[in-house]
Amino acid sequence: MKKIIVVGNGMVGYKFCEKFVAQDTSKDFEITVFGEEPRPAYDRVHLSEYFENQNAEALEMAPRSWYKANGIELITSERVSDINRASKTIKTAKDREFSYDYLIMATGSSPFVPPIKGVEKEGVFVYRTIEDLEGMLAYAAKLNKEKPNARAAVLGGGLLGLEAGKAVLDMGLEPHIVEFAPKLMPRQLDSRSSQVLKLKLESIGLNIHLSKATNQILGDGKITGMEFGEDDRLDVDMLIVSAGIRPRDELAKACGLEVGVRGGIVVDNTMKTSDKNIYAIGEIALYNHMIYGLVAPGYDMAEVAVKQILGETNVVMPADIDMSTKLKLIGVDVASFGEPFMPADKGHSIIFENKTQYLYKRINVSHDGKKLLGGILVGDASDYSMLHQIYLNGMKIPEDPAQLILPAADGNAAFGDVMDLPDEAQVCSCESVTKGQICEAIESGEANDLASVVSCTKAGTGCGGCKPMVKDLTDATLKSLGIEVKDSICEHFDLNRQELYDIIQVKGYRTFNEVIDNHGKGCGCELCKPLIASLMATIHADTANKEYAIQDSNDRFLANIQRNGTYSVVPRVPGGEITPDKLIALGEIAKKYDLYTKITGGVRVDLFGATLNQLPLIWKDLISHGFESGHAYGKSLRTVKTCVGSTWCRYGMDESVSFGIELENRYRGIRAPHKIKGGVSGCIRECAEARGKDFGLIAVEGGWNLYVGGNGGATPRHAELLAEQIDNETVIKYLDRYLMFYMRTAKPLQRTAAWQERLEGGMEYLKEVIIDDKLGIATDLEKEMQTLVNRFECEWTQAINNPEMMKRFSHFVNSKEEDDNLVFVPIREQKMPEPWN
Amino acid sequence: MEEVLEKYNATKIEDVKVWFKAASVNDFPVDGGACVKYKDKQIAVFNFARIGKWYACQNVCPHKMEMVLSRGMIGDDKGVPKVACPLHKKTFSLENGENLNGDMDAIATYPVKIEEENVYIGFSD
Repeated sequence: MKKIIVVGNGMVGYKFCEKFVAQDTSKDFEITVFGEEPRPAYDRVHLSEYFENQNAEALEMAPRSWYKANGIELITSERVSDINRASKTIKTAKDREFSYDYLIMATGSSPFVPPIKGVEKEGVFVYRTIEDLEGMLAYAAKLNKEKPNARAAVLGGGLLGLEAGKAVLDMGLEPHIVEFAPKLMPRQLDSRSSQVLKLKLESIGLNIHLSKATNQILGDGKITGMEFGEDDRLDVDMLIVSAGIRPRDELAKACGLEVGVRGGIVVDNTMKTSDKNIYAIGEIALYNHMIYGLVAPGYDMAEVAVKQILGETNVVMPADIDMSTKLKLIGVDVASFGEPFMPADKGHSIIFENKTQYLYKRINVSHDGKKLLGGILVGDASDYSMLHQIYLNGMKIPEDPAQLILPAADGNAAFGDVMDLPDEAQVCSCESVTKGQICEAIESGEANDLASVVSCTKAGTGCGGCKPMVKDLTDATLKSLGIEVKDSICEHFDLNRQELYDIIQVKGYRTFNEVIDNHGKGCGCELCKPLIASLMATIHADTANKEYAIQDSNDRFLANIQRNGTYSVVPRVPGGEITPDKLIALGEIAKKYDLYTKITGGVRVDLFGATLNQLPLIWKDLISHGFESGHAYGKSLRTVKTCVGSTWCRYGMDESVSFGIELENRYRGIRAPHKIKGGVSGCIRECAEARGKDFGLIAVEGGWNLYVGGNGGATPRHAELLAEQIDNETVIKYLDRYLMFYMRTAKPLQRTAAWQERLEGGMEYLKEVIIDDKLGIATDLEKEMQTLVNRFECEWTQAINNPEMMKRFSHFVNSKEEDDNLVFVPIREQKMPEPWN
Repeated sequence: MEEVLEKYNATKIEDVKVWFKAASVNDFPVDGGACVKYKDKQIAVFNFARIGKWYACQNVCPHKMEMVLSRGMIGDDKGVPKVACPLHKKTFSLENGENLNGDMDAIATYPVKIEEENVYIGFSD
């Protein structure tokens, strides 16, 4: 049996093992892997997620048991210290000796720490391993305790440096990014896009210092600041160095392998080093005189080495390596592909920039206008996959290439269909999955939906950036095979939401069992039960108390279930207007039950940490002070946010508060396909952010402008103008019609924005239905809404007045005790649930 | 946190040593669940009225170790009765505890019997 030793258990070292054992011809080999870190390989690309959840396991590429199951010996916490090429053996720091037939060098790189005076001081960290992160967390926790407003700087404004900046934010310290170059991400971005990114990052609280060369680190033993020039200093309490990487080639040098002038083991296109029994892959390999610091080329190298060893010598690395990247940095999309910086002799650039929305898009096009050569996207990279494919496959571009980045006026994308891609187009570059492989998986019957496509091709399991395209491809392929991509709600019903709505309305069903007995099969599930509950609520104005076992968890308990199984309670504060007495009452109730208290983004006070048993007690107290349920738990109207309006504001054109309260009280309690939020602004300064809501009003000369279909959710969208300069009465009339039309026809969990986007005929059609009553249903819609409005009842009051309903609210049926599993820890003089591990 | 899980071991009807009288059948919602305390254990008990059956399992969801399964919604997956955790909708078979939408370890299930309108849960300890 032949022996392979893999030195290094990072992402690429792991990928080598994974690809190796997947080959049928690999059975004659025995693999031993050495990692100097204490744990098996993990996903370093998503390292910053560790700050959010501190779950090292979630980052694992594969658990230890995987290595065992595949016959691979994994030796961690043991560094390889010596290679003897003549005897084909290695030695470890624990002085153990192992022999090999093939040696795979996957030692990667280490962070480069520039030789700045004082860089050894306490409080200076590098950003590479989970252990580094743990060190930072401990130090930050100490700082947070000792010093309010402690600051941490990151040295280096590259990709990793900005990730580290997010880490600093997550650790609760004031973040500063210090970059030597005059722009951020100098390798990926041009100056203008870097400027846009800088503005965006500053808007979320990062302080960015460009063109700063650090002379020395200040402090007596531990860091207190950084000095750039004589009078140019920055006081900081912690520093994270992220100034680039250096290949870990010390082992290779010591055993005489050929290395590059600036480090890295020289390899040819078969990934062989100057010793034919030794391969180098990943960030240690110097290929084409370059170190590739991305995961995708590292994975390709692993594949080549596997195939070479197994005798498929025709598999080699391509001469050109695609360095395109797309990532989400601190919630900001950043992508660059192909040739991002355009030398003028090669073609023209088309640039779209909108600093108010932190948007920058640039594409580089050949002189003849026929080829896409590269580009940069900041702020919105949703078109990246398609642009990247066009670039990779040299596909035809529109006559006016600007259409590729300009928002399309007619709502239709300028791109062709995903099905136009050639079969060899690489859709998932992390796992090298082509369009052909995805289509084949479906056509052969191996996969029949997105989940099975992902599990059998592995597409989308790396960085995940290609997921939307994989979904589009899956849907389109299924459709091309004549398989209807059904929107039936679950296995229990062959109907969609709209069909069920009509059936329940016509037949007048009142219970879930009636509906499933007559039109479905089985017992129902967590998808169809709450959906039918919501439909019956919309049709009959029943509250969630009616049949509580079919309600989604939050509706069942009339509160929001939180991270540790306790609940948050949100009393309604219509329009955000609250008397001092009521505000005091909220404070006192929060104190009485020891609730974490926070003012939300939607002008409410949120009270967290209530146990099931406490909920009714808290509601009783709230109700006695005149509060009612805020329905923060339901797919229903959450808030109507208001600015202060003409009563107090010197710019106010109309009374936004009074009208906001009226609207909130009108639509409270109605249940819809998704949550609904409203906003009313007293003037065009838009302090209520009304255009970021499902419905929004802005006071203008001569009345209100009514906007619909906006939101600030996962895919933020501005609301669109439905009607101009209308009076209060007309606003209510149109809103009744609009909301009811949405509630009747939207898909489950579809927000107004997505519903509106998919309405055939778009905004014009919507105007015809709502304003011109083209379908002749306006009166019905108004009547239905009025019925719901008239039947409003506070669900909390209903529940606490009914002993039968109250049974729900105890943790145990056979004991008065509370959940003994709950653990709270302190945070800024309040409490929070113990973090998940 | 994982040590919480060690308390819960699936029990087969032939291994039952104690039939614990939990509560009256009327204390459980129709087609829903509630939580029962037994010694230091929390057990979720479900009244599957639609098919006239009762099921019991550990109350702790193995995904994030929260005591919430009794508050989950019940239903069936191709005929297999199941519960969906209210936190992240992980679903588990109530017949054998199997995780139906992923590869988490199975949860512990316990036998239930009804005598004279009372709900009994079977334990081996």
